[in-house]
Amino acid sequence: MKREKFLKILFTAAALALVVWGGLPLYRHRHFDMAVVKGPGVTRVFRLSDYSPRLKGTMADTTVFVLEGKEPGGKAILFGDTHSNEPEGMLASLLYIEKAVVEKGTLYVIPFFNNSGSRNTRAGDGYPLYFDVPTDWGSLRVRMGNRDASPLDQWPDPDVYIHYPDRQMLSYIDVRNVNRTWPGRPDGPLMERVTYGAMEIMRREKIDVAVDMHGAETMFPVTNCIVAPEKSVKIATLAAMTVKAREGFENHVEPSPVGFRGLSHREIGDYAATLPFLLEAPIPFLDQPTGPKTTKLLLDGKDPFLLRLSRAKKLFVPYDVSGWPLEKRVGQHSSVTQEIFRQFSKKFPDRAIVIRDVPRYADLVKNGVGHYFLNPNQAGPKNIVMN
Amino acid sequence: MSLVMVAYYVICAFLLVLLAWNFVKEKKSPDNLVLYLLVMIPILLRLLRVK
Repeated sequence: MKREKFLKILFTAAALALVVWGGLPLYRHRHFDMAVVKGPGVTRVFRLSDYSPRLKGTMADTTVFVLEGKEPGGKAILFGDTHSNEPEGMLASLLYIEKAVVEKGTLYVIPFFNNSGSRNTRAGDGYPLYFDVPTDWGSLRVRMGNRDASPLDQWPDPDVYIHYPDRQMLSYIDVRNVNRTWPGRPDGPLMERVTYGAMEIMRREKIDVAVDMHGAETMFPVTNCIVAPEKSVKIATLAAMTVKAREGFENHVEPSPVGFRGLSHREIGDYAATLPFLLEAPIPFLDQPTGPKTTKLLLDGKDPFLLRLSRAKKLFVPYDVSGWPLEKRVGQHSSVTQEIFRQFSKKFPDRAIVIRDVPRYADLVKNGVGHYFLNPNQAGPKNIVMN
Repeated sequence: MSLVMVAYYVICAFLLVLLAWNFVKEKKSPDNLVLYLLVMIPILLRLLRVK
């Protein structure tokens, strides 16, 4: 009897220790807010739930930054962290928030579009919970998320996700993938409410250009590219050709498939007057046949297994010992986005979007991404937004 | 929180009580004690809204 009691107490204590040891880092990660510094161009901040009321009070609600120019012009919106395990899009959007000055037009930026996903992780794949970007003032701690929203925020998953409104049958997991739930509906599953909020911004504010920034595996054919539907393809092609000629990096154009529903590059164009573009930068961290999923791999993109696969011509991008570092990925997004704005402004001068002071590809490759981030400790509490 | 989600948490709590009850009532097998606790961990983490 004594032994039985002793064993029960011992085992219970061990189990509770496991719960605390394993659970506490996950709890802290879910509630870790990043300090975003409002740069000189930010004129207004609001929540996505202002356009999709049923998001209010949920983990999926997120901050929208507005940068209004001195002169009227066109309007653009940027999305980062649509997939929160592809952080180059989010970091590029932070660069816009902290550095951009809008001369003409208005820019909307949503750095954590899938806010719930950015507070989720993929423990089975060994994902780090955070990574640190070295800066001139120390390091910026970044929350590393997952592709899909947390089941704590949206559950249960259906057997098959039936897309709204096209009723195409998609994988069950895609009901939590914010890049399969466009154009969304106000009272649908949580991720549909997120995309509905963004669609409402685009429809009500008459947004001209939407850029959704991602990362994709080097072994995935749709990588290192701009995905564009018919209505955006001319501007995408001109942007791709210009960055290749002027800045020396490849970024080809992929057509947005008409028959594959729920994606931003398809539905935004079909359900709003906005021209959508989806950018993909190669991120070796996401490839399956790599070494350990370390923060080093996430930052420098160097992996010996991918190098061997590259020599065997199994990758869809050029890959050598220099890897595919973060600064290249963020730099591509920054330059391609600016080039899209420039080409759009040339085509529609009365709706021009003119932005300055955002570092481009060469600047980021030379100085690193962290060089451009502002120190939240010196920004003052009025200029900080926690998200 | 949707009704289905609330029902799910109620089911989780019910399962946890059942497992805890079996754990308390188990008299002989230390293996079963460990198994009951291991099964309880993910259910407890979900109830605590950690994972």
